[in-house]
Parts: sequence; structure tokens; C-alpha cells
Amino acid sequence: MSKNFEPKIYYRTAFPLDSEGRFLVPPPYSKMELLGRFINYLGLALIVIWGLIGLQFKGIMQTAEATLDSFGRAFIQPDLSYLFDLSVDGLPWALLETISIAIAGTFVSAILSLPFALLASENLVGPKVAAWGKTIITAIRTFPELILALLFISVVGPGASAGILALGVHSIGMLGKLFFEAIEAMDMGPKEALESCGGRPLEILFRAILPQISPELISFTLYRFEINMRAAATLGLVGAGGIGAPLIFAINGRQWPRAAIIILVLIVTVIIIDNLSAVIRKRLVSGR
Amino acid sequence: MSDRIIVPPPKRLGKIVSIGVVVALILGSAIFARFNFIEVITGLQRGGRILARMFPLPHWIGPLLETLQMAVTGTFWGALLAFPIAVLSAHNIVNIPWIRIPLRFFLNILRTIPAMVFAAMFVAIFGIGNFSGVIALIIFSFGLVAKLLFESIEAIDEGQVEALKSLGADTLTLIRYAVIPQILPQYISYTLYAFEINVRSAAVLGYVGAGGIGQLFERALAWRRFHEVGELVIVSFVVVLFLDFFSARVRRSLI
Repeated sequence: MSKNFEPKIYYRTAFPLDSEGRFLVPPPYSKMELLGRFINYLGLALIVIWGLIGLQFKGIMQTAEATLDSFGRAFIQPDLSYLFDLSVDGLPWALLETISIAIAGTFVSAILSLPFALLASENLVGPKVAAWGKTIITAIRTFPELILALLFISVVGPGASAGILALGVHSIGMLGKLFFEAIEAMDMGPKEALESCGGRPLEILFRAILPQISPELISFTLYRFEINMRAAATLGLVGAGGIGAPLIFAINGRQWPRAAIIILVLIVTVIIIDNLSAVIRKRLVSGR
Repeated sequence: MSDRIIVPPPKRLGKIVSIGVVVALILGSAIFARFNFIEVITGLQRGGRILARMFPLPHWIGPLLETLQMAVTGTFWGALLAFPIAVLSAHNIVNIPWIRIPLRFFLNILRTIPAMVFAAMFVAIFGIGNFSGVIALIIFSFGLVAKLLFESIEAIDEGQVEALKSLGADTLTLIRYAVIPQILPQYISYTLYAFEINVRSAAVLGYVGAGGIGQLFERALAWRRFHEVGELVIVSFVVVLFLDFFSARVRRSLI
């Protein structure tokens, strides 16, 4: 009896063993793999060199030292009078305008994103329609924000409304994607239950789909609001309202103390808003 | 042995003569027609110029390539710089609080300033041209990739780090054999993500004089040449769409 008994030994090794207990070491790279790697690296190197070729370094401006000097001094002595200028031309007004562009733009896009997201959800409209919906959302996402802003400026004229419209349309690209991902991941039970009771599409939307995904939708919307806050600050460069216009004027006009105060206020505002929104998002996702 | 085929030996002389005749014919006719090979080489450039005039490239092709070059350079060097900073800002590899905390604070501030604002400031220092735009893009990609990367470094599997530490590995060995293999796919993925954003922002940086296709945009808009604006919109849209698709492909194959 004892002769038949052979203890089985299980080895724990990094490599699997074959039937005779030898290590199955993965073979080193084959020649083709090595060649493939070499081609990849060569391609990367060529692209990087190509990128460097296009660089036109014309040297530093003669005034650069003075510029840097006054720029550094501007941060020590920023233009405080601009900060406390409560008129329409003052910083508080521009900042409020930026924040309201971000809020209104995010709101518009959250509303507009929903139909796009529903159209792109495979579990609601089937794969064929969903593919089209996804393509439309990707197309919106790739369209540059500033160019949208320029288009809307020609529609409603320069000002905050152009900024709101630009953000509202551009954000559909990202929010729509996040929304349809949330819808595709949801539990289909409530929807089927309502369908079997003869619920109409809108009833299903408001009683089965939205209640389930609304915490995620709000959380994504807040996240997009953080991004839009930054975007709203640049929209002013093309004349779409907000803090960007005075900032670019200050930089182009070399009014460094004014540029410095705008940048400082922008940094503080963005950090405050980011942290506030992060706290709310964490609460939403954890369910209080 | 009648089934053998007897191959006649090659006629050496005949072969040489026939090759010689053919070569002489070719050379002779070339000489007779006064064909000059050097002339062909020196004339190639002229031919190229004529071809370019026959099939003119659109005026935006140069600025478009410049935009791509800016995006590539800005992303690559920014992402490269981000790696050491990300390692220093993660608390699980090199834990030096008086480096980590200021670095994170610095990264946070860097990300609050839009790339356009950086570009406008660098135009004041380096003058108008794509160099200012590239520096702005480097700073932007650096901030973004460093932030995302240090978060992934903090989320790596500690087992490999501990295993190497117990063998007495120094920090560089640790980074090489425990950190890099674990985060490389994510690192590349974040870099591509930054590249997607950079292509889009490089397309508008020209607005503040920082090079690329944005300059054409500004000019076309200022002169109210809306057909040109439309052309540029379509071109940049197609390029961005293509690059997004390409980078999404690469990213999906990595994860």
C-alpha cells in the first residue's frame, strides 16, 4: 500500500510547470518581436525628431529680462484696485460673469446631453442606432470649443451668451459619453417591469431610467462644471465673455500687475470650486 | 542509359557577345541621344516645383503640419518631464514630505491656468512663433500627466515593491522593476490623452500668436473670409477626429 502512495508535491513558482515538473520558461523575444519593437521605437524617435524640426526658436526677446522682472514684481504688488473695482469693468464682475457662463453652459449641456445619451445607449435603442448616436457624440467632442465660440459670436454677437452656447454644445461631447455609459451599465429590471405594465416611453424614462442614474448624472455634470470653469476663463480670448478678455488685454498690453491679480484670483477660484464640487460628488456617489 | 537527358554545355562566348551587344546598344543610344545622368539629378528639384504647381497643395497644409509638430513636441517632452515628478509626488516610493507636498501644490496650481494664458505670456518672452506655444503645451501636458501618473503610482500593487525592498533593492532598482512595469500602459494612455487635448489646443493657440493653424483662423476671421474659415474648420475637425480614433485604438490595445 505504501508503495502505491506517491505524495503529490505542488510547487508554487512564477512559471508554470510542464507534466514532468520542468519549468516552462517563456521564450525570450523572437526575432520578429524584436524587429517589431525596434520599428516601434524607431517610429517614435522619428516622430519626436520631426516635431523638433518644426520648432522655430528665434531666441529670447530683448525685452524678456525686463518683462520677467516686472512680471515677478507684479505678483508681489498686484493691481489691488482692480480687485476692489465693483463696477462693470472691475474684476469681481468679470469673475462672476465667468462663473455664470460656466454654470449656465453646464446646465444647458446637461439638458441637451440626455437625448443624445439615450440615442447612444445600446440597451435602449439597439446597436445600430446606438452606433450613430455614439458617432454624433464623438463628432461633437472633437469640435474645438473656441471655434464653436467664434461661430456663436457671429450668431449672438460677442458676449457671455456666445460663451454659454459654446460650452453648452461642446460639453455634450463629454457628458453624452459619460451619460450613455451610465445608462448602459444600469439595471434593466425597472424598465422591463414598467414595459410589461404598458408604460409609455416618457414614463419609462422618468420612472425607471432617470431615478436610477440621477446621482451619477449629477456627479458627472459637476465634474464637467469644473472643466467648464477653466474653459470659460479662456473663452474671453475670442470675445465670448468672462475673465479671459481682460486677462488677454492685460497680457498683450504688458500690464503685468493687472494680469497677475487676474491669474491669482483665477487660481483661487478654480481651487475653491474644484474642492467644493469634489466634496459634493463624493457625497452623491457614496449616497450621503 | 537512354533516359538521361543530355544538357548541352552553355556556350560561354555567345553569351558574352550577346550581353555585350545589348549593353553596347543601350549605352550607344544613350550617348547618341546625349543623355546626362547628372542633369537628371540636378533637374529633379525643378521638376518637383513644376509638379507642385500642377497639383497645388492647399495653403493650410504647412500650418496644419506645424500644429501637429507642436502637439507632438509639447506632449512628448511634457510627459517625459512628468515621470520623475510623479515618482517624487507619490507617497509610496520616495516618501520625502518636504518635496512631495510642495510638488503637489505646484501641480495643482499649474493645472488651474489655461494653456492659452501660458501661451500669451510666453509670447511676451519668446516673441511670436510656435516656440511659445510649444512651451505652453509642454507645461500643460506636464501638469496633466504628472497628476494622473502619481495617482496611478500610488495605486500600484505594493507586493512587488515589498519583495524588491526585502531583497535590499535601492530606489532606482525599485522604480525600474516594480513601478515602471506596472504603470507603463497607463503612462502611455495618459500621454495619448494629453496628446488628444494638445492637438485641439494647438489648433487654437495661434490665436494669441503662438503658431499653428490658429493663425490662419484668426486671419480668415479678421478678414471675414468665411469660406476659408469653413475650410479650416473641416480640416482641423477631420484631423482631430482621425487622431482621436487612432489614439483610442492604441489606448484600447494597451489596457
